[in-house]
Amino acid sequence: MSITLNVNGEDHSVDADIDTPLLYVLRNDLKLNAAKFGCGLGQCGACTVIVDDRPIFSCLTPISLLQGRKIRTVESLGTPDKPGPLQRAFIDEQAAQCGYCIPGMMMRAQALLERNPHASDAEIRTALEPNLCRCGTHMRIIRAVKRAANAMAGA
Amino acid sequence: MEEFGAPSSLTRRRLLQGGGALVMSFSLLGPARGQGNPDAAAPPPAAPAAPKPPTLPGSLNTNRNLDSWIRIDADGQVTVFTGKAELGQGVKTAILQCAAEELALDPLKLKLVTADTQLSPNEGYTAGSMSMQDSGTAVRNAAAQVRELLIAQAAKQLNVDPSTLHAENGQVLGGPSPLAYGALVAGQNLHVEAQPQSKLTPSASFKVMGKPLGRVDIPTKVTGGLAYVQDLRLDGMLHGRVVRPPSYKATLVDADVDGVGKLPGVVKVVRDGSYLAVIAEGEWQAVKAMRTLARSAKWQEEPSLPDPAHLPDALKSLAAQDGTVADSKTAATGVVKTFEAWYTRPYQMHGSIGPSCAVAQLGADGVMTVYTHTQGVYPDRQAIAQLLGMDQSKVRCIHAEGAGCYGHNGADDAAADAALMARAVPGKPVRVQFMREQEHAWEPYGPGMVTHFKGGLDANGRIVAWDYELWSNSHGARPGSAGALISARYLAKPFQPDEQKLSINPNGSGDRNADPLGYNLPQKHVIWHFIKDQPIRQSSLRALGAYCNVFSMESSVDELARLAGKDQVQFRLEHAADPRGADVIKLAAEKFGWSNWQPSAGHGRGFAFARYKNHACYVAIALEVEVNRDSGAVRLVRANVGIDSGEIVNPDGIRNQTEGGVLQSMSWTLYEAVTFDRTRITSVDWQTYPILRFGAVPDSITVDIIPRPGQPFLGTGEGAQGPTAAALGNAIRDAIGVRLYDLPFRPEKVKAALLAGK
Repeated sequence: MSITLNVNGEDHSVDADIDTPLLYVLRNDLKLNAAKFGCGLGQCGACTVIVDDRPIFSCLTPISLLQGRKIRTVESLGTPDKPGPLQRAFIDEQAAQCGYCIPGMMMRAQALLERNPHASDAEIRTALEPNLCRCGTHMRIIRAVKRAANAMAGA
Repeated sequence: MEEFGAPSSLTRRRLLQGGGALVMSFSLLGPARGQGNPDAAAPPPAAPAAPKPPTLPGSLNTNRNLDSWIRIDADGQVTVFTGKAELGQGVKTAILQCAAEELALDPLKLKLVTADTQLSPNEGYTAGSMSMQDSGTAVRNAAAQVRELLIAQAAKQLNVDPSTLHAENGQVLGGPSPLAYGALVAGQNLHVEAQPQSKLTPSASFKVMGKPLGRVDIPTKVTGGLAYVQDLRLDGMLHGRVVRPPSYKATLVDADVDGVGKLPGVVKVVRDGSYLAVIAEGEWQAVKAMRTLARSAKWQEEPSLPDPAHLPDALKSLAAQDGTVADSKTAATGVVKTFEAWYTRPYQMHGSIGPSCAVAQLGADGVMTVYTHTQGVYPDRQAIAQLLGMDQSKVRCIHAEGAGCYGHNGADDAAADAALMARAVPGKPVRVQFMREQEHAWEPYGPGMVTHFKGGLDANGRIVAWDYELWSNSHGARPGSAGALISARYLAKPFQPDEQKLSINPNGSGDRNADPLGYNLPQKHVIWHFIKDQPIRQSSLRALGAYCNVFSMESSVDELARLAGKDQVQFRLEHAADPRGADVIKLAAEKFGWSNWQPSAGHGRGFAFARYKNHACYVAIALEVEVNRDSGAVRLVRANVGIDSGEIVNPDGIRNQTEGGVLQSMSWTLYEAVTFDRTRITSVDWQTYPILRFGAVPDSITVDIIPRPGQPFLGTGEGAQGPTAAALGNAIRDAIGVRLYDLPFRPEKVKAALLAGK
């Protein structure tokens, strides 16, 4: 069946079963690469996107729940030529090794900074707790989120 | 990505056609050799000529022609080829830095082709922290020789002495007018054998090497670009999922193949013996069909796993053969104090965040093309060709990045599954990604190990006796043969894994780092009790046996220092066999503030040192832990690493890899163990196999690098794994007065040790 999803500010008519998790629609129907399949269980956060103003596990959230909601992915933050502040901060801190978990980290961090622009180190750690990184890039990820917070505050 | 962008018509053979002007000019510098077989597996067939060919630097020795590594188009575009793969370790960036430095070019203007059986040199696996030693060295030397050829060609054209010319930014300068690289090459390729010696740029003149350069792959990864094999979407692509058996020895009795075949979107159900898979138009349709197929499947299971309650005994009972790793052939004398201990390490996972994935397509030309995040495209091609009964020339493996692997994870298995499914739907690309429980339950784990140490001190507090034994499988069960691919074992005509064989060599496997070469010891005796059987699937996990061996040995050294009544750092310095080892020990201690340590309740400090593989990077680590006596929880507070990786190519790359190594090893050491019953693996997700989360991230990790200009590159990526584990154990010992011997150091174990220690 057809359902309309608002992703990154645009309405998209999607022909998919209503039980399809958002992640599969983002990746396959809308051809957006950023959100990743990690576990399908809500345990790792690689699939994290923002719905309205909250981070959610897109691997668990069926599209039937998302009509009329505003969905945002890393693609909404900027482009390689014009990276947004959070993307710029991750590049400046070289906050990736394999990078597979990073888009999920970024969307969780973006949601945090939107509701708490002056998030402390401890608040950043708490916010990122649902997201796993296996390469051990954690120190840089924390630094990148703080750098982005400063950049956004100064902007 | 270059890997994805390379047109299929661009073959290495075509690149290798040509020759001409540069070959002739190079012949003035030295003899050129004939063309080898560019598609041969390494090592290449021996040259027919009688004199032994000279040893060439790095992987030039096995891929001897310059155009295996560097190509210059008529428009001046330079393409660099490497047989290594980007695994998230930053190798693409570092390779580009090596090429750019020696060719006097902006690294961001170079094109790079990585592991691809049709385009790249065969460098075996991207493993063992060997990429810079193998490929970085080859690319750097090839680039330097190409630069000198360009200068020689320019000198010939200008009729001047080459020493009056130099290369800069794509041109040879110093003559009456600049000559562009492209014009000097004039469309010809560099099909000429490299020389043993290169005129390398001195470290003091570096413009690109030795300096941080932003990773070339990161901007794409943080903006949702096409970065991973998971992101590939080929025209008409179908989605495949496997249905794995419930346990290793299970055989398929029945499954509703016909019923699942009629589900929406399902294109085909593949059954071959006990191998089950489903191919569908949509990915979610494939997942749903997989679940239905799995529910319908009936299996005959058989218990085959060791008793998890007595794993060390089970491993020891499997030992098949003893190998001597080191033997001073001297007897210990003057021993006045001894320390003896047993240590254990459970099976541990790679635990890639992205389950393994591959895309395969059987083309109309009969060629099976497989996009894979394998660590070895050539060995994987060999295994897949054998699996499919195809000629290797009809299989092409192209590396495309996956999630970090840290060794032999499910990558090759996914490639095989994609190829098996693509064969069932000729012409159609099939993308296969494992589910989380499939990656967790079926990846080849880092093997369980048991070690025993007995050492002694003389009256002066020097180590005079060193006896070390380890029980371990080989840590290498990678493809090359089809039996290494998990699905191959379940086909109607199955392939069996190769028999493991004991091999003692300088790189080490289960015995990696077991020879205590870092210390001056008058007596040593080191034995590997080699385990041949593999009751649990296992292969290469980052650092192989070095993780458990360094943990065991450096825990023991810590106790020997205590027995000697000496400071941990001073004790190690007194025994250090290599001044470069002593230098990193001093650096880590100084940066940590070892000599100013103020003990406080619940806190402890730990130190450890090892030179990875005894011939790669030197790593020393000093760290502080906090132990909660009530819960038994251990927290890493801060860590300082001193590292010597030889000549530095990208200092931030060394830091990133080393920070990551510390955190990953901390996760292994504090939390991780594969769980199982007598039949099934039971750690099948992140709840049953917990790893590090942000709440436990330390306050700081600082990595200080000792520069060694002019020295060879020393592999970096795995150097921190062993020392971090030992330093954690040593710090817990310092904090609570009790030593832990059995990995991992989970809270319940710490509490039990506290109770037992009282």
